[in-house]
Amino acid sequence: MDPRVDRNSTLLTNSPVGRIGLVVVIGVPSLFLLYFFAYPVASITIRGLTTDGSFSLAVVGDVMTDPVLLAAARFTVIQALISTIVTVVVAFPAAWAFARFDFPAKRALRAATLVPFVLPTLVVGSAFLTMAGPNGAIGTDLTGTLFLIVVAHAFYNYAIVVRGVGAYWERIDPRTEDAARTLGASAFTTFRTITLPLLAPVIASTSALVFLFSFTSFGVVLLLGDLKHTTIEVEIWRQTTAFLRLDVASTLAVLQLIGVGVILAGYGWFQRTTAVQFEHATAPTRRPRKGKERIAVTLALTSMLVILGTPLLLLVIRSFTNPAGGAGIANYQNLIRLPEITAAFVNPVDAIRNSFTVAFMTLAIALVIGGLAAAALTYASRRVARGFDLFVMLPLGTSAVTIGFGFLVALSWPIDLRTSLILIPIAHTLVAIPFVVRTTTPALGSIRHNLREAAAVLGASPWRTWWTIDLKIITPAIIVAAAFAFAISMGEFGATSFITRPSFPTIPIAIFKLLSKPGAAPFGAAIALSVILMVITGVSMFVIDTIGTRTSNEL
Amino acid sequence: MKHSIARALLTAITIALIATACSSSPSNKEVVLLTHDSFALSQERLDLFSEQTGITLTIQTAGDAGTMVNQAILTKDNPIADVMYGIDNTFLSRALDNDLFVAYRAADIDSVNEVLHVRDDLATPIDFGDVCVNYDIAAFDELGIDPPSKLRQLIDPTYKDMLVVQDPATSSPGLAFLLTTIAALPDGSSYDWKAFWTDLFANGVAVSPDWTDAYTGRFTLSGGDRPLVVSYASSPAAEVLFGELDAAPSASLTNGCYRQIEYAGVLKGTDNEAAAREVIDFLLDVRTQEDIPLNMFVYPVHNNAVLPDVFTEFTVLPDTPAIMDPQTVDANRERWIQEWTEIARS
Repeated sequence: MDPRVDRNSTLLTNSPVGRIGLVVVIGVPSLFLLYFFAYPVASITIRGLTTDGSFSLAVVGDVMTDPVLLAAARFTVIQALISTIVTVVVAFPAAWAFARFDFPAKRALRAATLVPFVLPTLVVGSAFLTMAGPNGAIGTDLTGTLFLIVVAHAFYNYAIVVRGVGAYWERIDPRTEDAARTLGASAFTTFRTITLPLLAPVIASTSALVFLFSFTSFGVVLLLGDLKHTTIEVEIWRQTTAFLRLDVASTLAVLQLIGVGVILAGYGWFQRTTAVQFEHATAPTRRPRKGKERIAVTLALTSMLVILGTPLLLLVIRSFTNPAGGAGIANYQNLIRLPEITAAFVNPVDAIRNSFTVAFMTLAIALVIGGLAAAALTYASRRVARGFDLFVMLPLGTSAVTIGFGFLVALSWPIDLRTSLILIPIAHTLVAIPFVVRTTTPALGSIRHNLREAAAVLGASPWRTWWTIDLKIITPAIIVAAAFAFAISMGEFGATSFITRPSFPTIPIAIFKLLSKPGAAPFGAAIALSVILMVITGVSMFVIDTIGTRTSNEL
Repeated sequence: MKHSIARALLTAITIALIATACSSSPSNKEVVLLTHDSFALSQERLDLFSEQTGITLTIQTAGDAGTMVNQAILTKDNPIADVMYGIDNTFLSRALDNDLFVAYRAADIDSVNEVLHVRDDLATPIDFGDVCVNYDIAAFDELGIDPPSKLRQLIDPTYKDMLVVQDPATSSPGLAFLLTTIAALPDGSSYDWKAFWTDLFANGVAVSPDWTDAYTGRFTLSGGDRPLVVSYASSPAAEVLFGELDAAPSASLTNGCYRQIEYAGVLKGTDNEAAAREVIDFLLDVRTQEDIPLNMFVYPVHNNAVLPDVFTEFTVLPDTPAIMDPQTVDANRERWIQEWTEIARS
């Protein structure tokens, strides 16, 4: 047992308040996840494996030997692994630039990294097809290739690495690295022996998120893949909705859960063995100095602008290209005009309002539940924390179809929530919690114990210590968590499509409705609404960032 | 931390309160209509219904038609709704086999062609639409060739690399088109649908996962590379309406269409059967029927419903669309899709 980490737990368990506190921080998120995740998933799985009143695992053998399903499983793992490695490598330089340097428009750029995260796959897919589709700008059809799927996943998940790694890196005192350089280590040696080991836990935790997102990726694989390259997620959906083969779907869902569990356990182990506490930076960022440094920062940011900016720019250009040709704002006018012609489309103002409502509810629920879970992970005994960590992450590795159908068969008890609109922010929260936990736990775990001891020696109560030291240190991580929760909710479509009312459309649903009708006008309006979603997200991220930075400075 | 505890409790209470408010037990005058995500009627019609009957109609959408039916089956012991609307003839027998509906003979059912009626009135036909191969008129003008006029011509080298269809496993029009080919070239014929599809793939047919990708991504009319697409007979009318055009930019091959008929039914287990029946009558009411085309882009089944001009001018109803017996479809759907997928993958 590592004394450096475990001594955190004394904070809560030494006093009676601490014990109650520990019960709350573990109990509340556990109850939430048990009721809204474990219970529905278990219900639908048992239902799926029960035929004529008797539970049977006979189908498991069939699934395990089905060549198509085996190929799907293999492809799922391979594409997720490659997507994760590529995303981390590609986004790493930008994370460094954000963590260490000041540059013009930094906050706006950081806000912009989250924009891809909210865009519907149908819209992003169309941007990628414009570039590399059958009629694409680059002249080669890349649909059905692993390459295009990986690039799309990197585009989507880039922000996870930039924001997750960046927020953590920022808190590492650059003087640690400077000291090594002064003692004669080369830049590379310093990076390899000082920086990388310090970053290892956060690289592991963000990789886990990227992996899970790629592992359960649905729209990207469906749209940019082909019939030969299917994933477990797509198969679960096909088996459930097209065939109502709940037995096969349930088996796949269980296998998916086991696979996710094994991978997460591995990540958890890696994260634990590499976790270290370190000196916190007071002034981590500065303007790039030397010529080389300036070139490196410029290159890092340019690569980010190219990867994230190209598809986004294409969408913006398209939104200002009139259906009849020429530049103009007809697509935006059509957003208002089309719902006046037919009820098939929804008023964009309603959709925007509803999306904000759901996003703020998600943000609130996810920060409370996720924040408590992060505290539980940090302060509970290691064994409890280990199991709990896995539990919190599982929803991200579970198919939206499994969760959606699980809600339906399970949530009629004790009160009937099956058609309640509250399930929309709750479904979004299930996806957001892992982000809140992943971004705040490393920060909580990195707080040096002697800081707290110093505060205690100076007469501060445990709560005052928590308030003045812990909270201040974790605020940047909480901001990132809030931003992700908000963005996830703004863009989430999968679970939402299961539980919806025409009287309560959100932006993704409004976009989907426009994309479901023929004609250049609805299509253009869908692109215009996507651009509006981009702007709303970018501005919201900027505001959250600004509020957070101000709060952080005031504390 | 006290703050966190208080906040957590507050959240829990709020959730419980909202949840209770949202799921308050239905009064006699509240009906939940479960439907698919293409459902749309004008607000005036819906308001008028509530005014005239005193019934509060809550509309619950559940993804596509397949997902909706599966949701209804999974919850049949404790239904989440009182009425289901939008189940089509490819899924109807799955619903009937699972005993989802209680019989009801709708007030206006005699004004509907008898061919469309369901045995024992277990479900009521409400609308229909035809899935056809559509072509881009300008694209064919430019090529200087005539568009195909028959399904069989699609394997002609003249139309190589011109058609885009949807995957029948993930798309409802995709399944309808597969059924068209099976109806025309059934299992056991000397040249069956499987041979036809093998030839179709040899002739360069492209497969999209869904309608949106096929129509807005691959169809030449939307800037894609394929002048032939599987879509709906109503698509040309929608193009004219949304684009404020004078003439339709596309047209349907009227040979080789599949007719999707959508039904509504009172869900077994409703505690509100009388009000649920009123909803069925409302859906078949001639004024609602006339409201359907411009909101859902399908045709009303009521004989007296007058079609909007854009439909009469710019759509052509196929004379002999393929209709397949729901039981046959349900019995073979999985096998057909799997056999199709094997052909597509090889």
